[in-house]
Amino acid sequence: MRATLRKANTYLSVQYAAMLEYRMEIFLWAISTLLPLIMMGPWIVAGESGRFPMDAAGFARYFIAAFIVRQFTLTWVIYEFEFQVVSGRLSPYLLHPVDPVWRFVAAHLGEHLARLPFVIALIAAALALFPQALYDSGGGLWLPPMERIILTIFGIYGAFTLRFVIQYSLALLAFWFERVSAFDRLVMIPYYFISGLIAPLEVMPEEVQAVILWTPFPYMVWFPARLLSGGGGLDPWRGFAVVGLWIVGLTLLNRLLWRRGLKHYSAMGA
Amino acid sequence: MRRYTRTLGRLWSASLFAEMEYRTNFVVAALNGIGTLAGTIFTLSLFYRDGFLIGGWVWTQALFIIGCFTFLDGFQAAFLGPNFQRFSEYIREGTLDFVLLKPIDSQFFVSFRNLSLWGIPNLVLGPLLILYAGFRNDPPVPLVDYLVGALALGLGTVMLYAMGFFLVTFTIWFVKLWNITIALQSIIQAGRYPISSYPPAYRFVLTYLVPVLFLTTVPAEAFSGRSETVWILGAAGLATGLLLACRLFYLFALRSYTSASS
Repeated sequence: MRATLRKANTYLSVQYAAMLEYRMEIFLWAISTLLPLIMMGPWIVAGESGRFPMDAAGFARYFIAAFIVRQFTLTWVIYEFEFQVVSGRLSPYLLHPVDPVWRFVAAHLGEHLARLPFVIALIAAALALFPQALYDSGGGLWLPPMERIILTIFGIYGAFTLRFVIQYSLALLAFWFERVSAFDRLVMIPYYFISGLIAPLEVMPEEVQAVILWTPFPYMVWFPARLLSGGGGLDPWRGFAVVGLWIVGLTLLNRLLWRRGLKHYSAMGA
Repeated sequence: MRRYTRTLGRLWSASLFAEMEYRTNFVVAALNGIGTLAGTIFTLSLFYRDGFLIGGWVWTQALFIIGCFTFLDGFQAAFLGPNFQRFSEYIREGTLDFVLLKPIDSQFFVSFRNLSLWGIPNLVLGPLLILYAGFRNDPPVPLVDYLVGALALGLGTVMLYAMGFFLVTFTIWFVKLWNITIALQSIIQAGRYPISSYPPAYRFVLTYLVPVLFLTTVPAEAFSGRSETVWILGAAGLATGLLLACRLFYLFALRSYTSASS
């Protein structure tokens, strides 16, 4: 147990230090994920009309929360893994006594940490743009209660795990196909439109909502963002149960692909 | 002039042949284009439930703006993305030397050398959607509005190119900066909706800091016959100014280019 913790600590600090080298790039990446804050604009105006299930402040809170969730769930393992398999650089890592996946996980967590200062600055800018998000309908200060913040943190890391397992499973297909990042592009299409990144589920037709809730997508943005911003008839436990089921199922698939893929990889002699 | 068009033809067919190696990518690219357009229209439809008009625009007028956005997005993915990424490689590896030695304008070459098939579906789907919206519009759009709209969209394309190229020129000094074009690309996403659908602070940014207004709102208004000559003239002026600025800035930056070995 202690040895594992020590390894985890080393991996994380190494990857965090590596990411700090790219501060400027990470800042630009943070800018490139502004989409929820852009979408906040038309939805605030729509909310002011009073024809939607949320008011302007509700939309603002939701999209700021979605922005936060997105910052801590960004995943790029497929690009790294594809490169390592095609170029053969995966081979030395296979000789390490630790599964290479942990290196990728640590790199992602390190990058999220390096991103933190920019994220805080951008949230402050968003709140400056629309300070009403901080006040409740009575004019008092609006803050999420402590237990919701804790639930949100679990929700965000559940979302990250889900997104990571999906992308890593697709990445494992690199043992058989080249250019697997194209598969991830296809998965990204529903992710963009039904995860809650550009519109909260509540504004969608009910039949559509019912279907979407069975897919893993809304649990990657909408569910944690709702936990943080509150509102909506959300049942956190049901949400966590669905996230857990998806993670377990996909992890099993992932391990199967990994075993089969490794055989294929060495068989290629790469 | 003919030399330029012939060179372009050769370069683009070479790019496409290179992509032919991965034939499933054609299918994936087409699905990507269609899926994204469907998702965009779905999202737009969410605003129109319960009689709300986004920015005061009726449905067909909003379809024009989605068509314009899709076209620009395709242009971005087909040309700007791959070429600008390549540009930062030229700087990092010092291979810009070879480009500068070629008997062809270097800005032209670095901007249009590659053609990525990922943008092609959107380059087709955008105009198709505009045509569809034109038929559905009440009354149907007359030919002259199509021409004015196409002109405005062309000017928008020039502006997008000039802004992107201006930013990517910075890599001559700060080698690892091509991500800056990704940042620009993300702000352009705001062009999916008319400028009047945003709160005042957003409108300011989208008009004066990044002129998204001229990229999609102005052409979409022209297609639906609601544009005023002054806006088209303004777009023409701005496009010329930006193009000139990016050209001068590039020539200025080249003076600081020291190649990799020195």
